[in-house]
Amino acid sequence: MTLTFEDLQQIAKIEKDKQEGIKYQINVCVAAGCLSCQSGVVKESLEREVNRRGLENWTRVKGVGCLGLCAVGPLLYLEPDGVYYQGVQVSDVSEILDSLGGSPVSRLDCSSHLPFFKRQQKIVLENCGKVDPESIEDYIAEGGYQALYTALRAMTPNEVIDDVATSGLRGRGGAGFPTGLKWTAVSKAFNKTKFVICNADEGDPGAFMDRSVLESDPHRVIEGMAIAGAAVGATNGFIYVRAEYPLAVRRLRHAIAQAERLGVLGKNVFNTTFDFEIKVRLGAGAFVCGEETALIASIEGRRGTPRPRPPFPAEFGLWGFPTLINNVETFANIPPIIRNGGDWFAEIGTEKSKGTKVFALAGRVNNTGLIEVPMGTPLRDIVFDIGGGIPENRRFKAVQTGGPSGGCIPEQFLDMPVDYESLAKVGSIMGSGGLIIMDETSCMVDVAKFFMEFCMSESCGKCVPCRVGTTQIYNLLSSITNGTGKSADIPNLEELCDLVKNTSLCGLGQTSPNPVMSTLRYFRDEYEAHIHDKTCPAGACNCGGSKEAK
Amino acid sequence: MTEQRLHPRGKPLRTDVNPVRLLMCKIDGKDISAREDETILSVARQNGINIPTLCHLDGLSERGACRLCIVEVKGAPRLLPSCVTLVRQDMEVTTNSERVTAYRRKILELLFTERNHVCSVCVSNGQCELQALSVELGMSHVHFDYIYPRHSIDATHSRFSVDHNRCVLCARCIRVCDEVEGAHVMDVMGRGITAKVITDLSQPWGDSETCTGCGKCVHVCPTGALSEKGKSVAEMTKRRQFLPYLQLMRKEGQK
Repeated sequence: MTLTFEDLQQIAKIEKDKQEGIKYQINVCVAAGCLSCQSGVVKESLEREVNRRGLENWTRVKGVGCLGLCAVGPLLYLEPDGVYYQGVQVSDVSEILDSLGGSPVSRLDCSSHLPFFKRQQKIVLENCGKVDPESIEDYIAEGGYQALYTALRAMTPNEVIDDVATSGLRGRGGAGFPTGLKWTAVSKAFNKTKFVICNADEGDPGAFMDRSVLESDPHRVIEGMAIAGAAVGATNGFIYVRAEYPLAVRRLRHAIAQAERLGVLGKNVFNTTFDFEIKVRLGAGAFVCGEETALIASIEGRRGTPRPRPPFPAEFGLWGFPTLINNVETFANIPPIIRNGGDWFAEIGTEKSKGTKVFALAGRVNNTGLIEVPMGTPLRDIVFDIGGGIPENRRFKAVQTGGPSGGCIPEQFLDMPVDYESLAKVGSIMGSGGLIIMDETSCMVDVAKFFMEFCMSESCGKCVPCRVGTTQIYNLLSSITNGTGKSADIPNLEELCDLVKNTSLCGLGQTSPNPVMSTLRYFRDEYEAHIHDKTCPAGACNCGGSKEAK
Repeated sequence: MTEQRLHPRGKPLRTDVNPVRLLMCKIDGKDISAREDETILSVARQNGINIPTLCHLDGLSERGACRLCIVEVKGAPRLLPSCVTLVRQDMEVTTNSERVTAYRRKILELLFTERNHVCSVCVSNGQCELQALSVELGMSHVHFDYIYPRHSIDATHSRFSVDHNRCVLCARCIRVCDEVEGAHVMDVMGRGITAKVITDLSQPWGDSETCTGCGKCVHVCPTGALSEKGKSVAEMTKRRQFLPYLQLMRKEGQK
């Protein structure tokens, strides 16, 4: 069966007609965060109650993707009233249904969190909280797969790549490599067989952007990959997801099956000569498999260790064939770029960092959850307006961006716009988008130790600087935090960090000293207090002594 | 691949006559001609410029893991491992700048802190590549703390034994067993500092059904980790002449 554009519109129309008579729609978040607070039970109970009251003709209960404010789940969103309810329990169900059409239940209303919802600009997450992640029809009703149709029927592969290049989109996985450039390289490679890989091996502690996108809007990623396949001339795609994301894996597989059934994946997509199929591969929990050459080795069934580049995957990738590897969020940006044009995307953001970025807010902040803001938004707005500030009126101390590869940014840089260049300037990186906020009770040496322990245990053990260097750094940090540090430790730390950064084989090793180097740069006094005074200024470490004892 | 290469002036190049291009580059200020498929390391060694290496061994695939062969290349933001970096036209390489030698020495120090490398009681004393490197690079002492984890010794094989305390994880044994002998008995288990070379699925070497007992792994091992039984301190001499010879014979056989 081949799908035509008319079929696509027909599906969208049927879906819209279904919604015609609906007066009230209750969107229940069924992403992993809310599901773990029993949103599934709330949804079932709502459905049962709607049926019992005989409201099903004009009230619809729908499971949707992440609504963003994971801190106060389970979340509900009422259309068309535009009301968000927080912390909804089964016991609240009848009260919610009673209030339909009237004034909202004030007890559950989360209007106090309004800046969280209002300050965002959603491109990647535009369908999150809107469409049912398990229904391809719902996605099509929101304009889904039209970009793929346009890319296949109305544009040449070069025009697609040009559009992506004009958009100024940069890789969202961390390093920020220009996506258009990568696509051009793969499309230029001489080979009939090429591969597209979606890197969904999100492993940074405290980051869950890719998981949420896959759980809330899996079709968007599939569409982005298919467009990429059409543009670079690949017919096979792989999504490498970590096995720790069972819900994302299940929804992805479900979405791929739906897309194959409908004909947007498979042979002769939209009556063209383009064939494309996608397979899911599960990662077994190694952080290093997020590095592209290690990821390829892992898909091939070998030990997940990086290899020296060049040759880059664009030239010599999966089984030696030219391979395009992009992150989940990068692929999720592709359909809107094709739909609205590269120029539209290029208008958002800053000069060198275009578009929006999804961040996962975690740590000592009121509104933990998932947000999307234009590039160049000041950190202060993210932490204090959208994030709602620090709980219990504590003082803000630092924000860690980019996970174990990033750095800690102190208060003096809070007004800095968030983009690739500015973050690099202060010794951090954009990374995949985890933002961990720390207050005055967090000890920065302890934070550095935490990330170094992560890098040490996640190092693959192939190259010497990363394998032994991270262990040495971790040992030094441990002795500093438990009060046995010596004054020679700080220069030793700096020396080791410099060595690991400059001589390691892959990105994991090269960036692993960032948390230590940035905390040494901005919070050196804390290191010195641990070593000389045997005290922890934040009161987090047990140094075995106190100022008085000295 | 049906790539047809063009001469800069548009004339098709006769790839049957000259399959790889020749080029000129500069290593340590010396003008050098090379083939485009050669690495910096091999070109440097042909011209008498020594770059220290540990995981590299002529005849085996490159791994790029020990990072001792890093060099500075003009215009490149990073230090590049010379064993896997191909030469390019007009490339300017510095193999022995102060920065590079300092890094090499520190990497070597890290290797010495990682496991137990006490030479005086080692079968390879005097014939050890790690020991030779420390002399060559002038590493007189180690100024990081020793880690010294306790590793086992596997002496279950009838002719060889492996002492993991001496292992530097260069993976030469793994590569020679896989690429030359074709048995792939050995591989790495675990990650990071806990990584360890294992035989079969972490079985005692003596119980291995895949091991052919050829002993190639023992002779490519740079340290005293793999040795023949019955050898006492400083008695384990390694014979590696077979390796380039075998590789050459195979290449000839393929023609």
